[in-house]
Amino acid sequence: MTRNIIISSGFHLIIIIIATLSLPFIAKTPIDLPPIISIELIQISEKTNIPFAPKAKKIIEKVKKKEKERIVSEQAPPKKIKKEKPEAVPLPNEKIKKVKKIEEKKQNPEKIETEVKQVSEFEKKELFDPTNIAALIDKSKEEYAKTIQTTDKITQSQDRNIEGIGLSLSEEDALKAQIFGCWSIPLGLPYNENLLVRIKLKLKPDGSVIKSEILDHVRMNKPGQSFYKVLAESALRAIRLCQPLRVPTTGYERWKDLQLNFDAREMLEG
Amino acid sequence: MPEKCWKDKNLKLLRTLLILLLIQFKAYALIEVDITRGNLSPLPVAVSPLASDKKSLVEVEKTLKIKDIGSEISLVVENNLKQTGLFNPLEKDAFLQKPDIAHFKPRFEDWKLIKAQALITGKVEIINENLRVEFRLWDVLAAKEMLAIAFTTVPTNWRRVGHIITDKVYERLTGEKGYFDTRIIYVAEEGPKTKRIKKLAIMDQDGFNVKYLTLGNELVLTPRFNPTNQMITYLSYFRNLPRVYLLDIETGIQEVVGDFPGMTFAPRFSPDGKKIIMSFASGGNSDIYTMDLENRIVERITNHPSIDTSPSYSPNGRYICFNSDRSGYQQIYVMKSDGSNVKRISFGRGLYGTPVWSPRGDLIAFTKLHKGKFYIGVMRIDGSGERLLTENFYQEAPSWSPNGRVLVFYRETETDEKGEGFSAKLWSIDLTGYNERQVHTKTDASDPSWSSLLSN
Repeated sequence: MTRNIIISSGFHLIIIIIATLSLPFIAKTPIDLPPIISIELIQISEKTNIPFAPKAKKIIEKVKKKEKERIVSEQAPPKKIKKEKPEAVPLPNEKIKKVKKIEEKKQNPEKIETEVKQVSEFEKKELFDPTNIAALIDKSKEEYAKTIQTTDKITQSQDRNIEGIGLSLSEEDALKAQIFGCWSIPLGLPYNENLLVRIKLKLKPDGSVIKSEILDHVRMNKPGQSFYKVLAESALRAIRLCQPLRVPTTGYERWKDLQLNFDAREMLEG
Repeated sequence: MPEKCWKDKNLKLLRTLLILLLIQFKAYALIEVDITRGNLSPLPVAVSPLASDKKSLVEVEKTLKIKDIGSEISLVVENNLKQTGLFNPLEKDAFLQKPDIAHFKPRFEDWKLIKAQALITGKVEIINENLRVEFRLWDVLAAKEMLAIAFTTVPTNWRRVGHIITDKVYERLTGEKGYFDTRIIYVAEEGPKTKRIKKLAIMDQDGFNVKYLTLGNELVLTPRFNPTNQMITYLSYFRNLPRVYLLDIETGIQEVVGDFPGMTFAPRFSPDGKKIIMSFASGGNSDIYTMDLENRIVERITNHPSIDTSPSYSPNGRYICFNSDRSGYQQIYVMKSDGSNVKRISFGRGLYGTPVWSPRGDLIAFTKLHKGKFYIGVMRIDGSGERLLTENFYQEAPSWSPNGRVLVFYRETETDEKGEGFSAKLWSIDLTGYNERQVHTKTDASDPSWSSLLSN
C-alpha cells in the first residue's frame, strides 16, 4: 500500500517537473500595461480663457489704433472721388465750372497725371472724357450738354451689362488660383460625405475681408459634425491667409459681397 | 379736400414702395466662386516647449533624470506631427515668444510672422507627486483657442502624455482620430540569416519603450493584437511544430489555440475579439477555420482543395478577405463570415497575398509580387481602384494604423555574394504613397502589427 502511494506520488512529482520545464513562459515576469491617465478637460470659457500678456495687450491696442487710422485713410480717397462724380453731370451751370477746372488742369498736364493715378480705371474714363475736351475747344455749352447726356446714357447701359454678369473667367481664375494656394485641405476628411462649406464675404475695395460668415454655421457645433467644423475652419484659415484677395480693380459694387464654396471632395477622392 | 390729400399720401407711399422695389432689383446678384482645389503641403505648426516652474523641474530631474520635461514632451509631439507628413513643425529657433506664454494668450502677430498657422502651448507641473500637463491649441490666423486639455498621470508616463497630446491635436486639425498613443508588436530578429533568433517584442509606435515578450528559444511569426490590446495571437514553432498561440500580455500566460492534428498558422482576431481566425494545413491542403475563445468551438469556414490562407475580418465582422490559389494563381478573395458568397476581387498581373481589411472598412491592403518585385498596395473592397504605394526587393505583411491612414510593413535587403548585408526593418507609408519612413528599432524587425488606440 505505502509502496503504491510512493510510486504514485513519484509519478505525480515527475509530471509536475516536466510540466514546469516544458512550459516556456512559466518564469516570465508579466509586462506592465501603461498606467491609466486621467484626463481633465478644460472648458474654453471666460474663467479659463487666459488673458493677454501685459506687453501683448499694449501691442494689440497699438495695432488696433493703427488699423483704425489705416481704415480711415484708406476709405477716404474713394469717398472724395464719389463726390466728384455727380458734380460732373447734373446742372449746366455747374458743368461749366467743371469744364473750366479741367481747362486749368489741361494747361499743366503733369499735375493731371498725378491726380488721375490715384483714382481707379473706371473714374479715369470719366475724368479724361474726350467729349469734355471737345466741348472746351468748341466753347459751345449746348453741344457739350448733349454729348454729356449721351455719354452718360452709354455708361449707364454699360453698367447694367456689368451688373448682369459675375466675375469674368480670368478674374475668377485669378481669385481661385490664389485661394488654392492658401487652402491646406485637411486630409483626414471622408470624401463620401456632404462637406460643402459656403462662406459669404464682405470685402473692402482692396480685397481685404471686412466680414466672413459661414452660411451653415449651425452645423458647426452640431454633434457628429466634427468633419464639417474642421473643413470650415480650414476654409476660414485659407481666406485669412490669402487676404487681401485678388479681386478685380474695377466694379467694386459687383464683388463687394462674394460667396466662396469650399468643396474638397475632388481632392480627397483622388 | 382731405380725401384728396389722403389719396395723394397713398400715391406717395406707393411710389416710394415702387422705388424701393426697383432698388432691390438693381441690387447685384451675389457672385459665387467654387473652390475645389487646395494645397497638400504640410500645415505649418509651432510647438512651443511646455513651460514648468522651478520646483517641478527639480522634482522631475530627481525622479526621471530629465532636465527639461516641458521641452522633452514638446519634442515627442513635434516628432509625431512630423512623421505624419501632414504637419510641418517650425524650427524653435525662429520663435519670438518664450515658453512662458503658457500663462497668457500668445502674441498672434509674432506667430503669424514666422508663418505658423497653429500653435501648441502648455505647462507641466508636479502636483502631489503626479505629473499634470496642460496644453492649448491655438488658431494663429483666427487668433482664437481651439482646444484646451489637461492630463494627470505618474511622471514615468510622460512620453505617453506627448502621444495623447498629438492625438488630440491631430484630431482637431484633420478631423480624424490620431494613431500616436498606440503600440506596435513585431518580431525582433538577431544573428546571421541562417541562424536567426526571433523574439516577440512590443514598443510604442515611435520606437521607444521596447519590451521583449519571449526569450527567443522558439521561432515566432505573425503576432497580432486583439481589439483591447491585452492579448496577442501568434505562430510559434514550439518543438518544431508550428501552431497558433495566445498570449496574455498582462499575466504572461500563453496557450495553444485549438487542438488541431497539424499545422495552424496566419492567426488574427475577429473585430469583437471573441474569435480567432486562422489557417489549418493538412495533407497539402489548407483551409480557413475559426475558434470561439469562450466555448472553444472550432468552425470550418472554407472547404476547397487549394491553399486558402491569410484571413482578415472586415471591421463589422460580416466579411472575410483571404488569399487563395484556387484560380491557379494566388489571388485575393472576399466572402461572408460564414464562408458563403466567395468572390475573387484581385485581377491584376502578378500574385497577391496578405490581405488586411482597413479599420475604416473601405480598403484592403495587400502584398503583390510581380516580375520579381514586391509591392505594398491598397484596393477597394470590390477590387477596384488598385494603387501600389511602394515597390522594393522584398517587403510584405502590411498592418493598418487604427485610423486607417498609415500602413506599417517590413522590408528585407538583398544579401551580397558573401551572404552578408542582410537586414530586415520596419517601414511605414501613408495612403498618399509619398510619406514613406523607417520605423526605428534596436534590432532587425519583421511582421509588425499595429494596436488600436490605448486611450479612447
